[in-house]
Amino acid sequence: MYDIKTTYNAKSVREALRLLSENEGAVIVCGGTDVMIRIRELKLRRATLISILDIPELCEIHLDTNEDLLIGPGCCFAAICGNDLIRAHVPMLADACNQVGSPQIRNIATIGGNICNGAVSADSVPALMVLDAMLELTGADGSRVVPIREFHTGPGKTVLKADSEILTCIRIPRAKYTDHGGCYLKFGMRNAMEIATLGCAVNAALTRDGTIRDFAIAFGVAAPTPLRCPEAEALMVGKKATPALIRELRKAVLLETRPRDSWRASKELRLQLIQELSERATVQAIENCGGEIHV
Amino acid sequence: MSENIEVNFRLNGENVTIRTKANRRLLDVLRDDFHLTGTKEGCSIGECGACTVIVDRKAVTSCLMLIGSCEGRDVITIEGVSSPDRLNPVQRAILEHQAIQCGFCTPGFVMSATALLMENPNPTYEEIKVALSGNLCRCTGYKQIIDAIYDAAQQANRADPAEWDRNIIPDSGGRPLPWQPLNKPEVCELSGGNENEEQS
Repeated sequence: MYDIKTTYNAKSVREALRLLSENEGAVIVCGGTDVMIRIRELKLRRATLISILDIPELCEIHLDTNEDLLIGPGCCFAAICGNDLIRAHVPMLADACNQVGSPQIRNIATIGGNICNGAVSADSVPALMVLDAMLELTGADGSRVVPIREFHTGPGKTVLKADSEILTCIRIPRAKYTDHGGCYLKFGMRNAMEIATLGCAVNAALTRDGTIRDFAIAFGVAAPTPLRCPEAEALMVGKKATPALIRELRKAVLLETRPRDSWRASKELRLQLIQELSERATVQAIENCGGEIHV
Repeated sequence: MSENIEVNFRLNGENVTIRTKANRRLLDVLRDDFHLTGTKEGCSIGECGACTVIVDRKAVTSCLMLIGSCEGRDVITIEGVSSPDRLNPVQRAILEHQAIQCGFCTPGFVMSATALLMENPNPTYEEIKVALSGNLCRCTGYKQIIDAIYDAAQQANRADPAEWDRNIIPDSGGRPLPWQPLNKPEVCELSGGNENEEQS
């Protein structure tokens, strides 16, 4: 039987934080699809679980006064895929969320859990990275805002203080989604129920004459953490999208990624995938923001 | 030792209260306490979909759901959508399409399909495929299952809405039952199929 000491249902963020401070070693659980597996594999013992699944304020998606898109981390993937605001403004994120696990998993697993578990293969994270998402981490003494680029510190490790903080909001700045086109591509051995062998997200914006005005590229499973490639991005900005530029990008992304061998795929396959997916995602993203490129 | 907790939820349309240990999953409670053994335990890690139930009108894997998280929710199991003498149209279609071999995965498929049909009564073939992508069947292919669900949806849309609301259709809609001969031979679409026909 599962080694769980007790479970609590928090009804507000404040209550969850109080329970977290009162119970040493307590773990926040929302959908529970990852936590339950950790408990089953005995990686988590004598667990005290605090469920934040029933906190309504964590399950909202809306635009704030600056028209930044605010996503509650307690939204399940199915809710994100089906949300009109997300589909209108950041269709790439809906796409990425739609590729997680199976329908049953997407109905209960949440985007906040995907981020906070710090998995290198998290499907939503590369998409959020290229959108320059800001994470609001709330503790007992108030909240701090961390860019998602600085959130992951290692495989399964993040800057979140798990004993005193909760992720309470994901903010996507307006400047990163208006007039932008994005694309998330996931490579896996099968379509459903698959952990990404490699994931690549691109977010791009063009000026009227077709010059790349803004460009962001991020990878999952290409290094110990999900990562952006700032040097490859700098190479792209201010240039016309041409096949020659894409060839340069293919080389540039290799310099910033550090894939490794695993039982899922070899390093060589991943290196090939990094080049291939960055090309395809870039071409698609440029098409999505109204440009055209023939490779 | 795990602490006892009290949980109130709706199970197949009835309000239930259960006092149980906090370390149990919804799946354990359904099978061991309520003896609703139609819900099967397959992989226990959410990969296979055999334990699929409908929670708040969404298909979820009950092996990944703690009983503590079920407070106030509406849970429907395979027993809630049919009874031994009245099959759900999805089940009937699965029988008629012979989309079963060992049957262990079937309750999960029925629940995934029922959740799909609740949300989208007229799904396309592709939408059915996506809705079933979290269910594994290791005996047979998936084609018969997808065909069956497509057929069930098509039939349900044609049936009397009063009947359809209860998810029950009283007869087979005039279609041949598995033990009755099919009227026309099945057309083989694989390459070489036509050749074989000519030879016979």
